[in-house]
Amino acid sequence: MRYMLMLHANEADGQAVAPQDMARFMGQMFAYQQALEKAAVFISTDALVGSSEASIVRVKGGEVSVLDGPYADAREQLGGYFIIDVANIDEANKWAARCPAATWGSVEVRRIRDRSEYAG
Amino acid sequence: MTVSESAVARSLAEKVARESYGRLVAYLSGRSGDLASAEDALAEAFLAALEKWPDTGVPDNPDAWLLTIARRRRLDDWRKEKVREKGADHLDLVADELSAAAELADGIPDRRLALMFACAHPSIDAAARTPLMLQTVLGLTAIDISARFLVSPKTMGQRLVRAKAKIRDENIPFLVPEREELPTRLPPVLASIYAAYTNGWMEIDGAKALGHEAIWLGHVVVSLLPQEPEAKGLLALMLYAEARRSSRQGRDGEFVPLDQQDVRLWDRAQLQMAEGLLHEANANGPTGRYQIEAAIQSAHVARRLGGASNWQTVVSLYDVLGKIAPSPVVTLNRAVALARMGHRDAALADIDALSGDARMADYLPYWAARAQICADLGKRTEAVEAFTVAIGLCWSEGERRYLEEQRSKILS
Repeated sequence: MRYMLMLHANEADGQAVAPQDMARFMGQMFAYQQALEKAAVFISTDALVGSSEASIVRVKGGEVSVLDGPYADAREQLGGYFIIDVANIDEANKWAARCPAATWGSVEVRRIRDRSEYAG
Repeated sequence: MTVSESAVARSLAEKVARESYGRLVAYLSGRSGDLASAEDALAEAFLAALEKWPDTGVPDNPDAWLLTIARRRRLDDWRKEKVREKGADHLDLVADELSAAAELADGIPDRRLALMFACAHPSIDAAARTPLMLQTVLGLTAIDISARFLVSPKTMGQRLVRAKAKIRDENIPFLVPEREELPTRLPPVLASIYAAYTNGWMEIDGAKALGHEAIWLGHVVVSLLPQEPEAKGLLALMLYAEARRSSRQGRDGEFVPLDQQDVRLWDRAQLQMAEGLLHEANANGPTGRYQIEAAIQSAHVARRLGGASNWQTVVSLYDVLGKIAPSPVVTLNRAVALARMGHRDAALADIDALSGDARMADYLPYWAARAQICADLGKRTEAVEAFTVAIGLCWSEGERRYLEEQRSKILS
């Protein structure tokens, strides 16, 4: 089953990290991806740019609105994701607990709906 | 009372209350098979004891004290008719059990072992056995248990509820199997306890406590089945590991490998107890996997006396273990010991032979061992790759940092 690990973190904290520490964190994330690949559970990953470059678009009653980031009320922002293929939620949690990002933010674990689950 | 006195009083109260808790749950649910009711009846009594006993001292008969409170609370609930409608017959049975127990309070028969066998019954979901034991025998809550098994409290709660319903609905008996059946029925009980311990061995929050709980369960099994060598072997194995716990981390939380640990930090009392148990187990009959694993630990801690680990003995013991309980982990650990004796090429060949095993793909010790042996053989590229995977498999910051340092040594 496919699971998405959503990496949430405080962007302000992230910007305050010293360059040598950041290099170490990046190295840990690379190592984590290597581990996922060796275990043959890795599907894909990406890092997202900061929420200040993001926008939220809504269409309500024919009115289009565009809201620019950052969104002041949210402390943690989605900063990246991993998609993995494992047997069950326990396995997915196990991998999430190993994700270095879990030590500086939180990792949300969600199963990706399978095509077969959409009523045909 | 000073702070430290009250801490001692609290921990004594907790110890006694917990000892009674499991015994009472086992006794109160033995006939109805209804663990949930027994736990409900005792939960408040248990909390009341933990509030009171540190101040008033532990009563002479803790079982009777807990039962009195539990009965009173139950009667109050029933009087309020809150729960009367649902399953009156069943509640009567529970009430009977409570009353019968109250009359016997001078000596509640210890049925904790029977309870453990029910928890580890083949029809209970294997993932629920260990948590169920921790809850029913030790009174841990689903929240306590969930974090250590990496599931949410709600999920853990549901698993436990399902397992209890199964015991009740399928009438899984609370019985210690006959002696001739023990060799097949005891292993899942021991495996559950060991699973609790190894879960606690990982440096996840709260893990340390879980290690203590597992050792507690080990003591219970040994005290109730003193003739079983494997029960003693398992307890010895856990105590050997536990004795070294404080030396596994340096001052800044960094990981310290076994052969660099400060032997003065090892807990001598625990080591001594482990040695004694292992000795008794070996004198008692057939040798099983836990005894051999404990013997391997014993060879490791021999460094405390002789200054060096006895790697030849360790290799021979792994050979025996590989015959009675073969597994890739045994092959791996044997290879590590071989490497320590200087046979690095042979060790790497054995590790290479495991590389196709899917179970090794996310097994941190496999990658860490491979990395170190490749590094020692001067195979830099392979060593860096293996260290990188090992770092990616870490749970704990201390271990991650240690492996990062090992890797940067090769790169420099």
